[in-house]
Amino acid sequence: MTVKTLSNVRSLMRETRLPPVYAILVVVFVAAVVLDAIFGRGQITSSTILTNMVVRSVALGIVAMGQTFVMLAASIDLSVAYLISVTAVMASYLMQGDPNRVPMAVAAVFGIGAVVGLVNGLIVSKLKVNPFIATLGVGLVLKGLLNASFETFVGAVPRSFQTLGYGQIGPIPISILVLLAVTIIGALVLSRTKFGAHLYAVGGNVETSRLSGLRTDRVIILAHVICSLTAVLTGLFVVSRLRSGAPWVGTDGLYDLESIAAVVVGGTALSGGKGGVVGTLAGVLIFGILDTMFNQLGVDTFLKQVLRGAIIILAVASYTIRSREKAA
Amino acid sequence: MAQLSTIGQEKSWRDRILSGLRSVSPIYVVLILLLIGIGTQNPVFLEPSGILNLLRRAAPLMILTAGQLFVIVSGGFDLSVGSIMSLTVIGASLLINNDPTNAWWVILVLFGIGIVAGLINGALVSYLKVPSLIATLGMLLALRGAGLYWTGGAPRGYLTDNFRAFGRGWLEPVPWVERFPYAVIVLIVVSAILIYLFHYTNLGRQLLAVGDNPRAAKLAGIQVEKMRIVAFAVSAVTAVIAGILQGGFGGVNPDAGDGYELQAISAAVLGGAVLLGGRGSVPAAIAGALALEALFTLLNLLGLPKPLRDAVQGLIIIGAVAYAAFSGRRSR
Repeated sequence: MTVKTLSNVRSLMRETRLPPVYAILVVVFVAAVVLDAIFGRGQITSSTILTNMVVRSVALGIVAMGQTFVMLAASIDLSVAYLISVTAVMASYLMQGDPNRVPMAVAAVFGIGAVVGLVNGLIVSKLKVNPFIATLGVGLVLKGLLNASFETFVGAVPRSFQTLGYGQIGPIPISILVLLAVTIIGALVLSRTKFGAHLYAVGGNVETSRLSGLRTDRVIILAHVICSLTAVLTGLFVVSRLRSGAPWVGTDGLYDLESIAAVVVGGTALSGGKGGVVGTLAGVLIFGILDTMFNQLGVDTFLKQVLRGAIIILAVASYTIRSREKAA
Repeated sequence: MAQLSTIGQEKSWRDRILSGLRSVSPIYVVLILLLIGIGTQNPVFLEPSGILNLLRRAAPLMILTAGQLFVIVSGGFDLSVGSIMSLTVIGASLLINNDPTNAWWVILVLFGIGIVAGLINGALVSYLKVPSLIATLGMLLALRGAGLYWTGGAPRGYLTDNFRAFGRGWLEPVPWVERFPYAVIVLIVVSAILIYLFHYTNLGRQLLAVGDNPRAAKLAGIQVEKMRIVAFAVSAVTAVIAGILQGGFGGVNPDAGDGYELQAISAAVLGGAVLLGGRGSVPAAIAGALALEALFTLLNLLGLPKPLRDAVQGLIIIGAVAYAAFSGRRSR
């Protein structure tokens, strides 16, 4: 019976072509429910807690989708945390609590994001700077400019703008719909567009792609622009929940390293060319489930970090040990 | 024929100076320019005591960078070093428990913790095949959490004077300079050992081979897994030393090492190391770290607010690596 169900699940996964990370997601979720039933209050399956669990994953989830794009291109983006801070601060500074200024402010921060992504992409593709160093450097520049201009919370977003963070359509929070929309758009771009196919090709082997006539630089630049735009969207979501932006909101959230971890846990290879945003969604949800479970069980905040670090390593080890990839 | 050879000789005479200049890592030129810049702002900094002060402040980053280089040339990253530094400072303050006689065994315990962390990093990368970026990031999160858990979130206790002497103490009297910081003695000893290990034993060559092409290295009979583990252990040990110096210099602070991992990687890259392995030199990496600290000093002397220093640092790192990539392509 169980063997049959297991093989059913396996064939189902093959048919829907869900990445293997969904198996881990199910295991983690079941473990959370069982642990909560034994040691906690057994409420983890209540709709309030489940909803909160997803809402908590939205900020990381949106930027992780963009991070997936750059990592598919065998690049990486360490500047996202600083860009999230810049967005949160600039959005609340430009809005000053006035609903009429929302469109202008949103356009401005997306403009900033596009420029940052363009700069990242140009440095990586044209100047041939290692993406780790390039985006770290751009991040430092953003951090420096931001901290030189602002010291603490500035401005505020109007109440209407907080709908993004707190609003609901029926029983479903708008933020969850935004995350789903970003994921679906990302998945369609990757699977149905020429750019998506080129992205996998460039990530698989830049030189071969270039010799096959692809404009590889453009593909890498566009991937970086997309990543920066998702960081801006995360920044807008964060500031809509906080009401006001401070220069540390992005870095405190550890969005740079955590988004990379979520993408890798989701099954995208660090070496590029393999993976996708659907896997990343599962990676982000695994983090959300763990956070919620630790809260429900009353695990010490600091111990939580220790477990989180261990689980990230184990999850990634569970694929690499099978695929025997070259470690780097 | 004869003409050709004279032309060849003429060219080689000029080329020899040029190529001699080119083979010197540009980081030394940058370092000298930065020191000249500091000297024009305030000559006191270039007196022996000023230089020793700069070296004392830079010692933790310089030692850390030398260790990070071992991991970088073997093809990996070590992001966990900053959290090992912080844990060293936290652990020292808690274990010494205000009794100076405890300092010596505590230092041994701290090295033990560091080595275990390094071995785990290496084993994760070598045997579980976890990419080093993720393995050491997980270690960073875990150790940061462990440190905060240990203190309960707020630092307690203080470091005894005999422990702090490594970071802030001076050896007196010394001829010529009157006094000499212990941190610089540690720096010289550790640098000498690491330079010896990397440039004068087989270890360095094997690490370079692993970073250049792990498969070829394996076929050539190098124990690739063992080499990677050694690299991470060296890096972790330098992180403990850097933590002891930093704790002595700056006192108890639960995030004493935060951000040092990225600075060390940047410094190694400034010193000409190539990320993902195969090329690097310990003295140049150490010079890169000193250049980074000299840059901070210069920007400070120029009166730039601290946040803008980050921005300038970012631009310079990108510029240096872009320059290296550009000249690398040209020479090929």
